[in-house]
Amino acid sequence: MERNGYNGGIDNDWGDSVDALLERQYDIMDVSLLAGKIMLESGAETYRVEDTMMRIALSYGIEESHSFVTPTGIMFSIETKEPTKTKLMRISSRTTDLYKVSAVNAVSRRISAGELTVSEAYKELKSIQKAPMFFSFLIQVAAAASTSGCFVILLKGSWDNVLPAMLAGALAYFLVLKVAEIVPTMFFSEFIAALAGGTAAYFLFQMGLGSDLDRIIVGTLIPLVPGLLITNAVRDLMAGHFLSGLAKGAEALLTSLAIGTGIAVVMTLI
Amino acid sequence: MTILTNMLFSFLAAASFGIMFNVPKDLLIKCGTVGMAGWMMYYFLSENNVDPLPSTVAAAFTIALIGHVYARVYKTPVIIFTIAGIIPLVPGGTAYRAMRSFVQNDYNTAINLAAKAFMISGSIALGLILSDVFYQLILRRKAPAGK
Repeated sequence: MERNGYNGGIDNDWGDSVDALLERQYDIMDVSLLAGKIMLESGAETYRVEDTMMRIALSYGIEESHSFVTPTGIMFSIETKEPTKTKLMRISSRTTDLYKVSAVNAVSRRISAGELTVSEAYKELKSIQKAPMFFSFLIQVAAAASTSGCFVILLKGSWDNVLPAMLAGALAYFLVLKVAEIVPTMFFSEFIAALAGGTAAYFLFQMGLGSDLDRIIVGTLIPLVPGLLITNAVRDLMAGHFLSGLAKGAEALLTSLAIGTGIAVVMTLI
Repeated sequence: MTILTNMLFSFLAAASFGIMFNVPKDLLIKCGTVGMAGWMMYYFLSENNVDPLPSTVAAAFTIALIGHVYARVYKTPVIIFTIAGIIPLVPGGTAYRAMRSFVQNDYNTAINLAAKAFMISGSIALGLILSDVFYQLILRRKAPAGK
């Protein structure tokens, strides 16, 4: 019972020095924090990040740990016989990469099953962190075009509106990704994308492509809708993470407002 | 024919969203089926003159429920399946018409439409919540414990 807290994975570690034990505890914290960081940056829900971090720590024998996750930072502390250790990690960029969320989830499952040592897990997580997007930039833009076209049909538009919506939707999504790389100001890329997408839709309509400008524009804007933020805001609020839920809800609202403003400018001009 | 068209395009739309969110390749088809199921629920209810609000609740409920089942079967976080399905329900068209009315200084119509869009967003949230509660109360109790 005395050894309760740091015996996971090591057979007969009575001989270890205190330094080695401390080092192992810090290594476990690093693995937990790295897993949390990757998940949070890739768009996982807050409660899932907290849960995963605590599960990893538990699997390595840290029975009591606390993690506090907000969209902009992670605080993680573990309770052992030695003084409590706490680490803080700042999260500054957030993208959507569901492959990484599921990959870290899979690593966490393998850790729980006892298949990975601390250093193996750290290496696996590092390689997940470096993994590039599976789908290339062009394929993503093509997918955006496809969603725009599909929505024209789903919203009971006629077939001749599909092509202009696809073209304008592809342009809007292309810009939302590119502008975000050049100008890091939040919400600016969505504004520009909505502005350009709306203008493109209008000009395509004027050139005789399509018959229903409203449906073309709605189709164009669909790839910009912050679906992940809306879903996660609701799920976080339900799980009792009010801080994260409200923050994500505010981000979703401001993103929608940026899109709305962009399209409002187009409509004022035409 | 319209039913088939709707099924095909809602499937395509959800799978394309999966690509934009970098969903693992082997899960894209499942993403598509979740999106299709949700949209068809919404489509059938609204075609039979059910109000958009209950239709949206039912569709969001369906999406999240299938998502939960898939998440358990394929041992993957549930959001991978739900996000792509939820987006078709987001009241983009209504929000757009509200914005257009605002720009045209037609505030009465604009507030009307904005309130409608807000209520539909609330319905999505309600559907998600109901599905989580339902899943935790009924399905999870039957299934063996463990993550």
